[in-house]
Amino acid sequence: MTDLLQQLINGLALGSIYALIALGYTMVYGVLRFINFAHGDVFMLGAFAGYYLAEPVAKVIPPQTYLGGIVVLLLAMLICALLGVVIEFLAYRPLRKRPKLTVLITAIGVSLFIEYTCQHEKVFGASPRKFPDLIPNTTWELGGLVVGSAQVIVLVTTILLMIALTLIVQRTKIGTAMRAVAFNPQAAALMGVNVNHVISFTFGLGSALAAAGGILFAMNYASIDPLMGVQTGLKAFVAAVLGGIGNLPGAALGGLLLGVVETFAGGMKGISNYRDAIAFGILILILMFKPSGLLGKQQTEKV
Amino acid sequence: MLEIKDLKVSYGAINALRGISLTVNKGEIVTLIGANGAGKSTTLRAISGLIKAESGSVTYEGKSIFNQPAHKIVSQGLSQVPEGRMVFANLTVLENLKMGAYLRNDKAAIAQEMDYVFNIFPRLKERVKQQAGTLSGGEQQMLAIGRALMSKPRFLMLDEPSLGIAPLLVKTIFEKIVEINRQQGITILLVEQNANRALEISQRGYVLESGAIILQDDSAKLRVNDQVRKAYLGG
Ligand SMILES: Nc1ncnc2c1ncn2[C@@H]1O[C@H](COP(=O)(O)OP(=O)(O)OP(=O)(O)O)[C@@H](O)[C@H]1O
Ligand SMILES: [Mg+2]
Repeated sequence: MTDLLQQLINGLALGSIYALIALGYTMVYGVLRFINFAHGDVFMLGAFAGYYLAEPVAKVIPPQTYLGGIVVLLLAMLICALLGVVIEFLAYRPLRKRPKLTVLITAIGVSLFIEYTCQHEKVFGASPRKFPDLIPNTTWELGGLVVGSAQVIVLVTTILLMIALTLIVQRTKIGTAMRAVAFNPQAAALMGVNVNHVISFTFGLGSALAAAGGILFAMNYASIDPLMGVQTGLKAFVAAVLGGIGNLPGAALGGLLLGVVETFAGGMKGISNYRDAIAFGILILILMFKPSGLLGKQQTEKV
Repeated sequence: MLEIKDLKVSYGAINALRGISLTVNKGEIVTLIGANGAGKSTTLRAISGLIKAESGSVTYEGKSIFNQPAHKIVSQGLSQVPEGRMVFANLTVLENLKMGAYLRNDKAAIAQEMDYVFNIFPRLKERVKQQAGTLSGGEQQMLAIGRALMSKPRFLMLDEPSLGIAPLLVKTIFEKIVEINRQQGITILLVEQNANRALEISQRGYVLESGAIILQDDSAKLRVNDQVRKAYLGG
């Protein structure tokens, strides 16, 4: 029983990270109807931003404090938000009226570009690095359960970010505009919405969440490298599809579910090597019965 | 108030508008009628900036608005109720109306506008919290018109507001269009296939055929014009 609970906590922590990344995939899909395959790399860049920020921030705020950790997190989110905006502006905006396939291939190109540039020895270099301790490294034991401070921070941060995101999307003018653009960009333009601004905002928001995911991931798994976004990004994309692409609560749910399933599969004796196969097998099953995803609405493709 | 000269629009190889000219004076209701595919919607979309025209000119209140982006055109007091209504189905009625006032910041003035919309379409008031996608076709049309009014336009374009709604509601919608024109002093360019009613409520009309204007006159005269009667008024 304690074992199961422990797995659940570990799974939710991992799933939170998938969820944060999945939200960006789904938001961008919502407004542009395309998958930004470079999103996983923004997650990686978020982790590296945290890595490089740790030292300068430590000069102002004592290292290994919660305040220091939060400052690093927020700065990395800001940097990646700007990066997301720039990526969209340079790579995707010129292709706005082109076929979706063109944009998709460009996204893969952007992804490879970031990965290989970052692996260059003058940039980050290819070898993994140890991520600095941003927050106090504490573990709590409760009746056999072991919970680390990094895990608690993942869960708390994810919840807070999701609340913030919900408020932005549901309550603010720009959030309403985002939903309007997602439904019909032309109608939104007729209301006076500058659709390009909304798209930039969406990329910024999604990239900030991915950056948060990157730092939380690095805090929990300690090691970062320029290709860390490949597999995690792919899983987060699957989580977004699982939840119903374009649907925000769906992305959150899909991420958490994937994290939990994967952790449970990894914890079982004899099959732990196949945990990804099992996790993805379950996803395929779910999608067979619910092709639009768990919370996705059956939609006819817009023409 | 609005003057279009020699406007040409094409979609790839299709010449949808082959050089049309039309004028709408302040305070008027002008109608643009024509068969399916004549280019009516294309005309409105080119004025409101949803598509780029090839050549020609569009002058509004003395200034050129030719090929400006749509969001810039709304800010100058032109508003369009698009064909097929295009209400934001995933937003509530209230959110749809607020979207209409997207460029305005004066809360009190926006509230006043909303009162006016609820006054002419009380049905919307009963459904403020409802998702727009769950409204009936007629209600969605009311919402689309209400939403367009929320920007406080001086010039309103309506693209087939009677399309696909119950005959009883069609009558109401046309009455409301007249009311908006009279009470608010909003100049109206009305695109319709329901030529009969459109000519009834308008002062002047243009007849569009295959991307060209083939007739223009006072609406009263168009209604008795043989050509118009044969083609658009069912004999
Ligand atoms: N996006 C598009 N791509 C290609 N051709 C188009 C497009 N939109 C319209 N057309 C063509 O342009 C012409 C004019 O279309 P438009 O929609 O303006 O007609 P309309 O008068 O509004 O017709 P309806 O009464 O059916 O709404 C038609 O031949 C149509 O097929
Ligand atoms: Mg039309």
